[in-house]
Amino acid sequence: MTTFLQILLNGLMLGGLFAIVSIGLTLIFGIIKVVNFAHGEFLMGGMFITWLITTQMGLHPYAAVIVVVPVLFVMGALTQRLLIQPLMSARDDHIQIFATVGLSTALINLALLIFGADIANTPPHGLRAPLEFGELRLLTGQVMIFGAAIVLVIGLELFLKYTQTGRAIRAVAQNRGAAELMGINVNHIYVLTFGLGAACVGLAAVLIAPLYPTSSNIGTYFVLTAFVVVVLGGLGSIPGAFLGALIIGEVDALSGYYIGSDLREAVVFGLFLLILILRPSGLFGARQNLSHLS
Amino acid sequence: MLTVENIHAGYGPTSILQDVSLDVKEGEIVTIVGANGAGKTTTLRTIAGLITPTSGRITFCGEDITRLRGDQVVDRGITLIPEGRQLFPDMTVRENLLMGAYRRAARDFQDERLEEVLDIFPRVRERLHQTASSLSGGEQQMVAIARGMMANPRLLMFDEPSLGLAPIIVSQVFEVVQQIAAKGTTVLIVEQNVYSTLKVAQRGYVLENGRVVISESAEDLLQDDYVRQAYLGI
Ligand SMILES: Nc1ncnc2c1ncn2[C@@H]1O[C@H](COP(=O)(O)OP(=O)(O)OP(=O)(O)O)[C@@H](O)[C@H]1O
Ligand SMILES: [Mg+2]
Repeated sequence: MTTFLQILLNGLMLGGLFAIVSIGLTLIFGIIKVVNFAHGEFLMGGMFITWLITTQMGLHPYAAVIVVVPVLFVMGALTQRLLIQPLMSARDDHIQIFATVGLSTALINLALLIFGADIANTPPHGLRAPLEFGELRLLTGQVMIFGAAIVLVIGLELFLKYTQTGRAIRAVAQNRGAAELMGINVNHIYVLTFGLGAACVGLAAVLIAPLYPTSSNIGTYFVLTAFVVVVLGGLGSIPGAFLGALIIGEVDALSGYYIGSDLREAVVFGLFLLILILRPSGLFGARQNLSHLS
Repeated sequence: MLTVENIHAGYGPTSILQDVSLDVKEGEIVTIVGANGAGKTTTLRTIAGLITPTSGRITFCGEDITRLRGDQVVDRGITLIPEGRQLFPDMTVRENLLMGAYRRAARDFQDERLEEVLDIFPRVRERLHQTASSLSGGEQQMVAIARGMMANPRLLMFDEPSLGLAPIIVSQVFEVVQQIAAKGTTVLIVEQNVYSTLKVAQRGYVLENGRVVISESAEDLLQDDYVRQAYLGI
């Protein structure tokens, strides 16, 4: 029984981790309708910066947040402004896919050039210390990630609902032409949204770095799961992505234990294909966000 | 107030408007009449800054606004209520209205403005917390007009506000247009319902294939044999 509870708890924590990685991706997709294939590499960049700050300056890894989040925001904003926006007038959406895939490859190679192929271990500063609840154990850092994911989801929802800028972001997603008529500068909103999405993954990077070794291919490892989560959550829905992440976290943990750890990924992606076939709008389908795809 | 001089405009390489000139004076209701595809919507979108003319000049209250972006034109006091309502479907009616006051100048007075606008549209007040997509067509049109008014524009442009509405709602729309004009907002309106529009307007332009072919007072247009035959079906 304890083992089962422990596995459920591990799954929950894993879910929090997947959630915090996925939120920025689903935000960008939901508003700009661009799939950012470089999302994982943004995460990787943020983790390397966290590692640098922690090792070079001897600071607590969480202190890196004041550098990583703004840097990622700027990176995201520039990606939209310099890469995506010039391609938006090009009728063919596929060009944007190639552009972000290209960016992803470029960033991986840049990381290899700067940091080499070695693994960078961020000093955990106590974040890998276990918290014990009776016989159940969790890492401090995992609990922090889970809490941060909840705060981020609620914070973004409040921002999108109750601020004029947040409403403008939703307005652009729902009816771009009408948003222009309201005097909303749509290009500004896109730049801001891409920046926000990247800043979210920057926060994820700071929280993940002390728990996972950083390498140039760490982004790929996380982002594949993030795509599953985003689809499961209904493409563009932030609470949906959060719930989707929890489900995938549990599936991952349970299948890893009961089916075999080498088959976890097969189970997760099997589920992914099943969702795509049976419920392409996701479990909590945000139908408006899909309308442009059909 | 608004002067459009010899503009040419279109979509990419296709030129639609050919040498269009028109003017609207403060406090007037002016209408543009024309067949489907004549370029009425294109004219309004060009004035609104959503299409940049290839040549010609647009001035508003003495300022050259020819090359301003849409958001800058809104700041100058021109708002377009588009054809087909174009609400934000998954936002509440209240949120839709607040988007109308997005620009800085309007935002500072949005609460007072919301009250004023809702006094004109009691039905909209009742629906304030419903999502826009759950409203009937007529209610949606009222929200679209109310949203346009939220910017507190000096010139309000209407593109086919009565399209697809039941006759009783159509007459309500015309009443609202008159009410808005009576409160001092200048109106430029495009309507399929030519007869009713000419009844409320002071002047009108007839647009054919992207060119202004007639410019007269509304009274004269109502008497004009060609207009009666081509647009009033009399
Ligand atoms: N986005 C566009 N791209 C290319 N051509 C367009 C576009 N929108 C309109 N047109 C063309 O421009 C011409 C004028 O269209 P416009 O919408 O201004 O006409 P209209 O007078 O408003 O007609 P209606 O009464 O049908 O609304 C038409 O021939 C139309 O096909
Ligand atoms: Mg039209």
